[in-house]
Parts: sequence; C-alpha cells; structure tokens
Amino acid sequence: MHMAQRGIITGFPIMLGYLPVAITYGVLAKQAGMTLLEIGLMSLMVYAGAAQFMAVNMIAVGTGIAEIVIATFVLNFRHFVMSLSFMNQVRGIALRWKLPLGLGLTDESFAVSAMNPDEGKKENGVLFYAMIFIIAYLSWFVGSILGGILGDVIPENLSQSMGIALYAMFIGLLVPSVKKNIKVGLIAILSMLINVLCIQIGFSTGWAIVLGTVIGGMSGIILLKEDE
Amino acid sequence: MILLIILGMSLVTIIPRIIPAFVVEKLQFKPWVNRWLGAIPYAALGALIFPGILFVVPNEQIIGIVGGLVAIIIASLGLNVVFVVIGAILTVFLLTL
Repeated sequence: MHMAQRGIITGFPIMLGYLPVAITYGVLAKQAGMTLLEIGLMSLMVYAGAAQFMAVNMIAVGTGIAEIVIATFVLNFRHFVMSLSFMNQVRGIALRWKLPLGLGLTDESFAVSAMNPDEGKKENGVLFYAMIFIIAYLSWFVGSILGGILGDVIPENLSQSMGIALYAMFIGLLVPSVKKNIKVGLIAILSMLINVLCIQIGFSTGWAIVLGTVIGGMSGIILLKEDE
Repeated sequence: MILLIILGMSLVTIIPRIIPAFVVEKLQFKPWVNRWLGAIPYAALGALIFPGILFVVPNEQIIGIVGGLVAIIIASLGLNVVFVVIGAILTVFLLTL
C-alpha cells in the first residue's frame, strides 16, 4: 500500500494544475454548445487538454470532423515520443500494465513519472505510477464536468491566473533535477530554443514541441555519456 | 456529429500513446538510444515550458516571465511542487488585479 500512497502524494500537484484547466475547458465547451455528456465523454475518451481546447474552438466555428481529427493527431503526436521514453523507463513492468498506463499518458503524468524513474524497478512500483495516472485522469474528468455545470461562475481573473499552474509544475519538476545535474538544464534550454526556432520557421505548436523534444533530447546522447 | 468527432480524436490520441508499449516490449535499445530516451523528459519539460509560459496572460508576456521566475525561486529553495504551483498562481493573480 505504501507505493500507492506515495503515488497519490506525488500526483497531487497534477490535480492542482488540472482542476482549473479542466473547469475552463468545461465552461468553454458548454458555451460552444456541447452537452454535459459530450463534455465528459471527450475528457474520458480523448483526455488531452490542448487538443480538447482546440476541438472546442473548432466545433464552435463549425469546422468539419476530418480537420479536427487530423489537427488532434498532429497536436498529440508528442505523446509518441514521451511514451517511447516512459515505456523504456518501465521496462520491468508487464505489458498488461503498460497498456493502461499508455492510455493515461499526458504531458503532466509523463513529466511527474519521468522525474521518479527508480520506482519502476521496485516491487509494486506499478502501483506508484498507476496512482499518479488515476489521480490525473479523475481530476481532468471531474474538473470538466464541474466546468460544464458551473458555466461562468468563476471570475475570469482567477481562472486566467490558474493558467500558469501547469507551467509552474513543470518548472517545479525541472529545477531539482537541474540542481543535481546541470547538464539536464542544458538539455532543457536547448530544447526550448529549438522549440522557439521551429515556431519562428512556421511549424505548428504540436510539431514544434515534438521537434524540440526529439532534437533537444539528442544532446543527451553526448551530455549524459559520463553519467552512466 | 460531436460523438463522431470525439471517437476520431480518441483513436488518433490512443494510437501514438500505446504503440511504444509494444515497440519497447520487442526491442532492446543500444546505449546511445537509451541516453536519448533518458534525456527526453528534460527536453520535453523545456519545450513544454517555453515559450508557452509567455502567453498565460494574452499580450502581457512579462507576467508569464515573472510567474516563471517566482516558480524557479520557490523550487530552488527545495519546497514541494505544490508550493511552487500556488506561489506562481498567486503571483499572476496579484499582477493581473
């Protein structure tokens, strides 16, 4: 049970970050004319924040199915790279566990899990990851429904301020690793620069993140060599 | 109509998420590939943070930067991520009053 408890504690910041964002999604989706069932179903079946916001915008302006699905694919392809890294990290875990974990992979659940790489090698380590993923999934779903019900109750000023929550969490995950190994910070900065460059060239946000992650991560082939 | 959109979005999101589970099951990677995949989390964090954080408040990029700096300072003190998140939210809230 200990592993599961640690997973819940480790996953808690994701809940803080997800609730306000999910509520905002629910509010916008409601305004776009989606029913509560559709709002909740999208969060359960798609479970990808940026793609859901984009889809809600596109639904509101009457875009076709094909465009929305293709745009979703492009935007979410970064999860392929993250999943490859995560699955390699949890090699010791059985495939029947890897599949549901893969379904629950998001930027945030990946980032939090990846900063705790050793749990996968411990006994019951899968429970640790499973709890992080379940907390994230439930927060996203509950937040979406709340947003759909509440409508415009939340002041815009506050919901906007909460938009920084996920970025702050990413920073909070990165900084301790940089303090331990400065090269990790170098990898992150390189990836930021490549991301900015790709956006300048004209790539979409989704592909810019994929290229920034893949190419920026290549620096690790050299930088992390001595650390093994 | 919307249900079809959700179904389509669901499929194209699930496939990239679970294919790696099968790939990794079948393959052993060379050490350099493992180093590459090991660096992916840090690279992903970098790409996810910047420049996205600039646009937390539209047309007020400085607020995103200040919020980020506050997050860096709190995290450097060794406090839990929860405090980093709350500190950054408070900062942006106060700056947008």
